[in-house]
Amino acid sequence: MANTAPRTLYAKIWDDHVVETRGDGTAIVYIDRHLVHEVTSPQAFEGLRSAGRSVRRPELTLAVPDHNLPTTARTDANGARIPIADPQSAAQLAALERNAPEFGIRYIDATAAEQGIVHVVGPEQGFSLPGTTIVCGDSHTACHGGLGALAFGIGTSEVEHVLATQTLLLQRSKAMEVRVTDALGPGVTAKDLILHIIGEIGAAGGTGYVIEYRGQVFEEMSVEERLTVCNMSIEAGARAGLIAPDETVFRYLKNRPMAPKGTDWDAAVRYWKTLHSDDGAVFDKSVEIDASTIAPTVTWGTSPEDVVPISGAVPAPEDFADPSKQAAAAKSLDYMGLTPGTAMTDVAIENVFIGSCTNSRIEDLRSAAKVLKGRVKADNVRWAIVVPGSGLVKMQAEEEGLDQIFTAAGFEWREPGCSACLGMNPDKVPAGERCASTSNRNFVGRQGPGARTHLVSPAMAAAAAVTGRLADVRTLDQ
Amino acid sequence: MDAISRVSGRAIAFGAKNVDTDIIIPAKWLKTITREGLGEGAFETIRADPDNIFDAPENAGAPILIAGDNFGCGSSREHAAWAMLDLGIKAVLAPSYSDIFSGNAVKNGILPIVLPQSAIDRLMEVAKAGEPIDIDLDTQTVTTPFQDRFTFDIDPFRKHCLLGGLDEVALTLDSQEIIGQFESRRASAQGWLTAGTHV
Ligand code: SF4
Repeated sequence: MANTAPRTLYAKIWDDHVVETRGDGTAIVYIDRHLVHEVTSPQAFEGLRSAGRSVRRPELTLAVPDHNLPTTARTDANGARIPIADPQSAAQLAALERNAPEFGIRYIDATAAEQGIVHVVGPEQGFSLPGTTIVCGDSHTACHGGLGALAFGIGTSEVEHVLATQTLLLQRSKAMEVRVTDALGPGVTAKDLILHIIGEIGAAGGTGYVIEYRGQVFEEMSVEERLTVCNMSIEAGARAGLIAPDETVFRYLKNRPMAPKGTDWDAAVRYWKTLHSDDGAVFDKSVEIDASTIAPTVTWGTSPEDVVPISGAVPAPEDFADPSKQAAAAKSLDYMGLTPGTAMTDVAIENVFIGSCTNSRIEDLRSAAKVLKGRVKADNVRWAIVVPGSGLVKMQAEEEGLDQIFTAAGFEWREPGCSACLGMNPDKVPAGERCASTSNRNFVGRQGPGARTHLVSPAMAAAAAVTGRLADVRTLDQ
Repeated sequence: MDAISRVSGRAIAFGAKNVDTDIIIPAKWLKTITREGLGEGAFETIRADPDNIFDAPENAGAPILIAGDNFGCGSSREHAAWAMLDLGIKAVLAPSYSDIFSGNAVKNGILPIVLPQSAIDRLMEVAKAGEPIDIDLDTQTVTTPFQDRFTFDIDPFRKHCLLGGLDEVALTLDSQEIIGQFESRRASAQGWLTAGTHV
């Protein structure tokens, strides 16, 4: 029998999807699931149209708008759709709405309860499954690796390639193991862990790799926590990140609308149980991290690798050995308006954003609401919003009364979408203002031109809202 | 896509590390439904400074950009490659790129050339001195008027596509038959894969 040598989880999924390997090592890799949103797809559909090509397997693609949808009400009192004010955003939406049916692709409408951020919708609908290859014209596609899928972001030409051929031309990545030992302390979340990991590996440390997260910490995590971890793999430069699927994943997926049912389900589970790295499987690189040493983690700069424990202080450029990092740090500090040595808990914030494909699922909202219950946002916090990841998350939260807690605390309760994660829709952080954000990128201008982002967990965002500064949620809980 | 075998001329001595695609083209420019016209938004935040390197008169029409480690990291937006192309950039020289960006670059006929930091440092000096740089894809070499000569590696398939200006979709469609065979093999062995997609 072929392949008797121990293999990594990544190798197993890769091997099962190679249609053909060319002499130079480039492989035609089959794609099982394709998610499409309005921003990175119009040019791909246009490419198909102008070449007279069709979509090979339309049922394997799911389209949903998210990036530039406003998060304010989408229908008026009579249920009629409220038009999008920005003509360019409206045109992109209209293009997806037209392209999906034209090419026979299932489309979730902006006003449907199932609408949401692609990376929230895929797992929620059971469209994303373990052991599958999942792509989307969006770098946070790595998110779906939390289910044990090989999921990664692609460019628009590749979107077109997948639509036309249901495959991609790829070079095999190297495999990296991030092994986390011990357990996370109280008040330390999956978000803190992944921020810490990115700080350790560096923003480019994972380039060329697919990361497998291993260790009991991950086995004990819920699916939603795993999605948070894998989501940010790209911020360490990795193509994808994944965690071996287990009973927790199977339980999560069972009976989801698009998950297999009956005997198909049983066959799927039998296969999924084979998806783990074999004993003795060799990784090209291994990183070990002790979870017990991690504190709630925040970013101070403009790269996701710029992390510091909340108990720490703003670093000085001289703190870094690498001269180019020193220069980058000086620039970041200038952009962020921070002085070296300032305690992170002394950094005042004016905005709080709870949302994005990293942290907008029901458990994220519960964790923020737990901190906010019976509290109100500080006076200096000008703008605080919660943007559920999907209409279904929103409904669930409302059923649990979480929306009441948020609004009582002074938060705005919005419609699902990418919102202030990126400055593409009306939700933006004003220039020069600071935001405690549960999103995944603290890049220059990411939340709006001149906006200053501090990445945090949902609980830490809530703590920042009530104290008006970055705060250690563990001191609030007591 | 245009075939590309040689890029020669002035290089922009940019040199920055971890340049993300939000820097290359900010989100507000992504609301387009065509590939054209994005040069105006390329490196917009940097170019807001009137003394920026991109709009320096001596760099007008420069086809080469020199950058630091991890160029094109972050968002997968192919708009970054379209914007650079629209700005006139046909090749980038850097120690490393994000995986997604280098793929997007190649698909749009931009050469993402990888050279060690020491070579990049030297080429930065050459660019700052206003001297041209010559990139020959066929021989995989970068040369300067000062007799510098660096060789680079490139994936043979990418080289083939760049030299021929080939459309990858058309190439893969030539393999439709084996893709079909793969699909039917899996449909019988692993029917669950598509069971839920037919609702
Ligand atoms: S929430 Fe942010 S990171 Fe996630 S898909 Fe939307 S824009 Fe991308």
